[in-house]
Amino acid sequence: MSDTLWAAILGMFAATFLIRASFLVFGQKLRFPPAVVQALAHVPVAVLTAIVVPEAIAPGGQLSLALTNPYLVGTVVAGLIAWKSGRTLTAVIISFAVFGLLRWLT
Amino acid sequence: MQTKIPIALAGARDTLPLAIGTTPFAIIFGTLAVAAGLPPIAAVAMSAIVFAGSAQFISLSLIGGGAALPVIWLTTFVINLRHALYSATLQPVARDWPLPWRVLSAFWLTDECFAVIERRLQTAGEADALPYYLGSTLFFYLNWILWTAVGALVGHQIPGLAALGLDFAMIATFAAMVAPQLKTSTPVAVALAAGSVAWLAHPLPYKLGLLLAALAGVATGVMLDYRQRRVAVEDRP
Repeated sequence: MSDTLWAAILGMFAATFLIRASFLVFGQKLRFPPAVVQALAHVPVAVLTAIVVPEAIAPGGQLSLALTNPYLVGTVVAGLIAWKSGRTLTAVIISFAVFGLLRWLT
Repeated sequence: MQTKIPIALAGARDTLPLAIGTTPFAIIFGTLAVAAGLPPIAAVAMSAIVFAGSAQFISLSLIGGGAALPVIWLTTFVINLRHALYSATLQPVARDWPLPWRVLSAFWLTDECFAVIERRLQTAGEADALPYYLGSTLFFYLNWILWTAVGALVGHQIPGLAALGLDFAMIATFAAMVAPQLKTSTPVAVALAAGSVAWLAHPLPYKLGLLLAALAGVATGVMLDYRQRRVAVEDRP
């Protein structure tokens, strides 16, 4: 296992643990200003969308907005089911089936 | 001490549905890590040391894409920032816990176990929160490591598992996590901003586009919150 890989893992540990320990370990007096708390609330949607969109509309780096792009169709299916029902696991399983079918067909 | 064990077991039992839900992702993570060129020991080490699902998944595409170390670290930091909110929420409950337990509690803090302890606090109050939480998190932690190892060791031996498009599983999971939140205009605008910038900036090296997109999304959200507050103040008679 290379040194770079270890450095990546240990740095990721430090970044993650610092956040998790922020209040629980160090922060008996720490208080976020309300504005920061409100800004942080947007992080999950922003980050997850930023990961999903390029992978869905351009898998492998090639833009494809066609219905034959299984990544795009699968992502839309997953999003719609989750949006309607709130059931993450159902959305993942059904969208994975749609993705597989479309990939097999095209 | 003996009386605490049933409480810890109750914590583990209440975590079981969520642990089952994350098991496929642990297997997929182990499989994808090896497919991305990591030795199986590195995949297991990452699960045992970092213990943060979404950050681990993203790090694979960053490592595979030749991202610089600071980008990997910074991305991990940004993705896990939401844990600061959990940490802040649990802080009043954990104030009297001995330091080593608070350190361990922080290390084991995840979206799933936070949801479990939150429910317990609302229904049963703060009594025995520590053994309950430790039971929940220890179980969740061991489950995550175990199935990562299974994926890392066995995943590549199943022919076609990588070709099945397991990379899609992560995208589908993230899409399914975001979609239910897109019910009011502000999160929709945040998603639109983050998504557009992510696409426009994706040719940037070291996956810098991801960070730019996250910033654009959060900035959009902050701006809209600010405008809403101002409108609310102006409407006041």
